Amino acid sequence: MPNITLKALGLGAALSLGALAANAAECIAPANPGGGWDFTCRQIGKILYGIGQVDSPVQVTNMAGAGGGLAFTHVVNERNDDPDLIVAASSATTTRLAQNAFGGATADQVRFVGAIGADPGVIVVAADSEYETLDDLVNAIKENPGKITFAGGSAVGGFDHMKPLMITKAAGIDDVRAIKYIGVDGGADAITQTVGGFTQAMTGDMSEIVGFIKSGEVRALAVLTEERVPGFEDIPTAMEQGYDVVAVNWRGLYVPKGISDEDFSAWAEKLQAVADSDEWKAAMEANGLAPFTKVGDDFQNWIDQVVADTESMSRELGVIQ
Amino acid sequence: MEILSNLALGFSVALTPFTLMLAVIGCFLGTIIGALPGLGPSNGVAILIPITFTMGLDATSALVLMTSVYYGAMYGGRISSILLNIPGDEPALMTTLDGYPMAKKGRAGDALVLSGVASFVGALLATIGLMFLAPVLARVAYLFGPSEYFALYLLAFCTLGGLASNNQAKAAIAACIGLGIAMIGLDTVTGMPRLTFGNLHLMDGVDFLVAIVGLFAIAEVFFFIESHGKDTSIGVKLEKVTLPIRDIVSSGWTMLRCSVLGFIAGVLPGAGASLGSFLAYMSEKSIAGPNGGFGTGVPKGVAAPEAGNNAAAGGALVPMLTLGVPGSGTTAVLLALLMTLNITPGPTLFAERPEVVWGLIASLLIANFVLLLMNVPLVKIFVRVLQVPAWVLLPGVTMISFVGIYSLTGSYFDLLLMVAFGALGYVLRKLDVPTVPIILGILLGNEMEENLRRAMVISDGDWTYLFSSPIAIGLWIAAVAGFMAPLFLRKLLKKPQMITD
Repeated sequence: MPNITLKALGLGAALSLGALAANAAECIAPANPGGGWDFTCRQIGKILYGIGQVDSPVQVTNMAGAGGGLAFTHVVNERNDDPDLIVAASSATTTRLAQNAFGGATADQVRFVGAIGADPGVIVVAADSEYETLDDLVNAIKENPGKITFAGGSAVGGFDHMKPLMITKAAGIDDVRAIKYIGVDGGADAITQTVGGFTQAMTGDMSEIVGFIKSGEVRALAVLTEERVPGFEDIPTAMEQGYDVVAVNWRGLYVPKGISDEDFSAWAEKLQAVADSDEWKAAMEANGLAPFTKVGDDFQNWIDQVVADTESMSRELGVIQ
Repeated sequence: MEILSNLALGFSVALTPFTLMLAVIGCFLGTIIGALPGLGPSNGVAILIPITFTMGLDATSALVLMTSVYYGAMYGGRISSILLNIPGDEPALMTTLDGYPMAKKGRAGDALVLSGVASFVGALLATIGLMFLAPVLARVAYLFGPSEYFALYLLAFCTLGGLASNNQAKAAIAACIGLGIAMIGLDTVTGMPRLTFGNLHLMDGVDFLVAIVGLFAIAEVFFFIESHGKDTSIGVKLEKVTLPIRDIVSSGWTMLRCSVLGFIAGVLPGAGASLGSFLAYMSEKSIAGPNGGFGTGVPKGVAAPEAGNNAAAGGALVPMLTLGVPGSGTTAVLLALLMTLNITPGPTLFAERPEVVWGLIASLLIANFVLLLMNVPLVKIFVRVLQVPAWVLLPGVTMISFVGIYSLTGSYFDLLLMVAFGALGYVLRKLDVPTVPIILGILLGNEMEENLRRAMVISDGDWTYLFSSPIAIGLWIAAVAGFMAPLFLRKLLKKPQMITD
């Protein structure tokens, strides 16, 4: 009888011990399992070990909270010089940092080590929708903004919300508050609402719509990249339709600020090795990611620019004061 | 017979000795995880995901292991509900209402066997439903927009009044406390923090697992301390386990009805297993009427929520596989697992990766039979875990609660919050205020509010939008009827007997 109790307690102990494996690299996914950050950590972690860049499997920790803010402050305050720590990040991270959504934390409190893939932004409608092109949709908004509601997987003011705002702004609609948007639980849910006819268009990432494009339930009006995306050549870009908007959701990592330059470069090289691996290419293809590799200082400089741009744009859009 | 050949393909994948072994291990671990308060199916599965990678399992084996854990946890949750009055996980909440009183009457063994059989019926029917109807049922999700979901949650709250049979006002107060707690966190429509007092930890709101473990398990510890170990509810005796054939036969229709209801609730993304078991219990309660004795430990009250929540667990796989929309917390974790294995669930999954889908379905069927064996004849083994003397068990429960809750977010803040909920639970029980409506308020309040506000954004604030579809109207009628019926019935019938516990 006590034997069983011990087993049960042993299970608890084993679960907690697993988290303490010595010196193994740790990847924090600042969200619950299931999202893009979790995917980044688990895929990159798996490939890092698979191609021998790290000696033991990468421990993935899910630290959900405040849209990534909890993990960010945790890293800044408690893990600032941990060389074995990487944290999944994406456009959402920099968007929120730029909009001061992490309780005063700023982007320069960590080092952005690299991005190895990007999820192109898309605007889609249901297959039976009356809107055939981006122009149709934008004209309908110009006529009567109340008629069109966008659904997206991020909260109001988030990256998915920004995409239609960037397009309507490019089309000369100045009142951003007139554009209706509802945030639901993820891209697939946003598609469900759009196919169901409750919302008229969905704003999200390419990876979220791949299956629905193949099954013919939705029609992509525009992809928000400079060039058409390989494998999806029949989806026109917003740029070629006359809207100068590029919005991609990059997938990458940041590391604590306090680590040495050697450690920073080492992570950059490891990330480059993952980007070059066949496993990552397969994973990108299966998940609708487009190639987008920037590592090391090159990436950090690009991020600084993106944060500055997002901040000024958010101010302009009225999302922050 | 395309389904038969598909199923043969599935079994050819799932019926190797190695995968069978994984299924047995998964079921066993899952049952224990489910039975331990604080470790629910979703964090149980999440904790085990890294193990599948270190073991180097292929896609199908990993899926078999994880879904066995998932189903196992759904079975296991009832054990601590019945024996300790502490729900092992959130869908097992409703099982405490009749399971624990039944155990107190000395029928713990019967309650466990009956709920095991009910779980089996619910899960089996749901798996069959998944097999035949998944592609068709995926369309149901398209019929539910913000106004329909709002009406669905409203229905749940309107039937809540009938939950506490001795004092409806106290049930209403408890529900309001729950709704108030649900308001904490980032307002998803405006992005503004509400009731967080500038605390980053409260930005995402209060996790219902923290509330459940605090209100039930930690409060129980406080009571134990107060009574110096005497007069505690822990320590229900389990003499011998027999097959209560009469109860099983008499609850047959209940199980069938609840399976169907639970399955439908599971298919709707955003409803999930908790709503499934809740609606199942409430509908059976109203079918039985005030003389049915629901809440006093009747077999039907045990069978209904268990059939409902296990069917909902199967139903939740439908939108997860066919749309990539997780119907519950646990399916969200399974979705993560699939994506890590480079399988993207969605409309094309059934056509592109039949071996994965049918392997999964076959392994669900296998897991179900393994679990029936494990949970009916062998239930004593699991019961023993909980049957050690209270002074050994309660510190153990406390420790596991702390470990389980810490594993949720890895922050000590949730531990403090859990203890605070324990204190709240202690006070409320002293005041005879039921705690179940609080949990339901936390579970459903947020979704209900969000859907209302989404509906208002879409319609530019026109409230008639809430009644704009036949489904919404039907749900509103059911909600109003559910709210009004007890008021009139009470006049016709005698006041229900006082039940305190």
